Amino acid sequence: MIYFDKVTKCYENGDKVIDDVCFTIEPREFVSIVGHSGAGKTTLLKMLLAEEKPTEGSIYFGSSNVSELSKGKKNVFRRKIGTIFQDFRLLPHKTAYENVSFAMEAAGRSDEEIASDVPHVLELVDLGEKIWHFPHQLSGGEQQRLAIARAIVNQPDLIIADEPTGNLDPINTYEIVQILKKINELGTTVILTTHNKGVIDSIGKRVITMDKGKIVRDDKRGKFSL
Amino acid sequence: MFVTNTKRITKSAIINLWRSRIVSMSSILVMSITLFVFGTLIFSNAALDSALTQIQEKVDINVYFTVSAPEEEILSLKKSLESLPEVGTVEYVSREESLEKFRERHGDDQLTLQALDELEDNPLGAVLNIQAKETSQYETIASFLNSESVLSSEGTNLIDKVNYYQNKIVIDKLSKIISSSQKIGFIATLILVIMSIIITFNTIRLTIYIAREEISIMRLVGASNEYVRGPFVVAGVVYGLISAGFTLLVFLPLTYYIGSFTQRLFGLNMFEHYLSNFWNISIIIIFSGVTLGIISSYLAVRKYLKV
Repeated sequence: MIYFDKVTKCYENGDKVIDDVCFTIEPREFVSIVGHSGAGKTTLLKMLLAEEKPTEGSIYFGSSNVSELSKGKKNVFRRKIGTIFQDFRLLPHKTAYENVSFAMEAAGRSDEEIASDVPHVLELVDLGEKIWHFPHQLSGGEQQRLAIARAIVNQPDLIIADEPTGNLDPINTYEIVQILKKINELGTTVILTTHNKGVIDSIGKRVITMDKGKIVRDDKRGKFSL
Repeated sequence: MFVTNTKRITKSAIINLWRSRIVSMSSILVMSITLFVFGTLIFSNAALDSALTQIQEKVDINVYFTVSAPEEEILSLKKSLESLPEVGTVEYVSREESLEKFRERHGDDQLTLQALDELEDNPLGAVLNIQAKETSQYETIASFLNSESVLSSEGTNLIDKVNYYQNKIVIDKLSKIISSSQKIGFIATLILVIMSIIITFNTIRLTIYIAREEISIMRLVGASNEYVRGPFVVAGVVYGLISAGFTLLVFLPLTYYIGSFTQRLFGLNMFEHYLSNFWNISIIIIFSGVTLGIISSYLAVRKYLKV
């Protein structure tokens, strides 16, 4: 379970980007967060990943208080979360295979596990033929599928997808959303932020709407409304 | 786990080095220049040392004894001089040898030789040539002789003259030049070393700056600080090793080329000096390169590990 407890985030110049936000996400839920640019969606996710610290309030993930993790424990904590970004954030000098195996190496998995899981997970996202390609040799949709492969290879409890379809055409967008739905059906919690009305409407699950750092709507079976 | 991680880090470092070989090569080039400066300093120090010893060997104090000074007294003075800690060597030139040398020097000068032959007795006294260990110590030796010169067997003075006071100005000047050239050399060394370290450090920092995105991605994927830093530090070690090897290799033809020139100028053949001190110089250069690589990489990555 993820719990945001009265979280406020101010930047050094005094701008309040998150204003007293409270909500809970249950395990196996699929939650979409929508809102204009600057509404605070990305900041919310950064705090959940312990990239940023809340100015006030706390964030709980299972039994751990995310905002109080020490530097050494952050990386162990992050292995429970798979992340997918709009700009893919792949390692440019590593092949598709190495990008995925790096996440497993970082989590301390054995060579045997890596050798058996990496081709398998790349097969799952339909990159089985391109495992030795570098990111710049892949299309946008393929890069994002590679990022998903990397995110799911350690079987995380949670997938965070920050505008994963922002750079993709409608067909690739549809594919990515189908993969995320599949991951959710297999039992992983998914948090997705997006601008795309079509994406929200096709998922038909919980939607949290944000505006100027506050939650303005929280619908169990939401539609895109801004 | 430690073994597996070390293996993975080393493998990843070497693959990275190869894949971004242009960047690696520029780092290696800059580091080689730094190590070349280190090496040049080692060599020029050796040259300076050799030149200074040569000059110092030419400085001495000559004690001229009176004609009547008995040999055993001179020899006992020689012994007590040799027991002084400041004194390097003492050479005894007897009266006969003095005459011989005089004749040799004036071989072309018939007039002087004729005049010498007119004399019944050898007009030259014995001489002690004293060399100090350091030029600054001649003063002490001269004052010792001064106090000692009063001593004589039957109240007559043994010593005719000590040429230190005539040479004092020259010797003083030389001492000053030697000590200040050593000081200047040391300061110049220090400045050059600091400059080249800063340049290398910044070059390595730039190569890591290029990889800053990657570092933050690695952190977000859940890699520990050590695991992210490892390949960069190993790359630093490899830069150091390759640069050191390259520098040591470049010095071989270079010192060979300037060998005879330095022999004439400083009395030291650089090539022979390099070969006979090869292991010492290698260890200094390799150690400097590797240390520089490790420290630069370690500090540069630290900046981007805060995510």
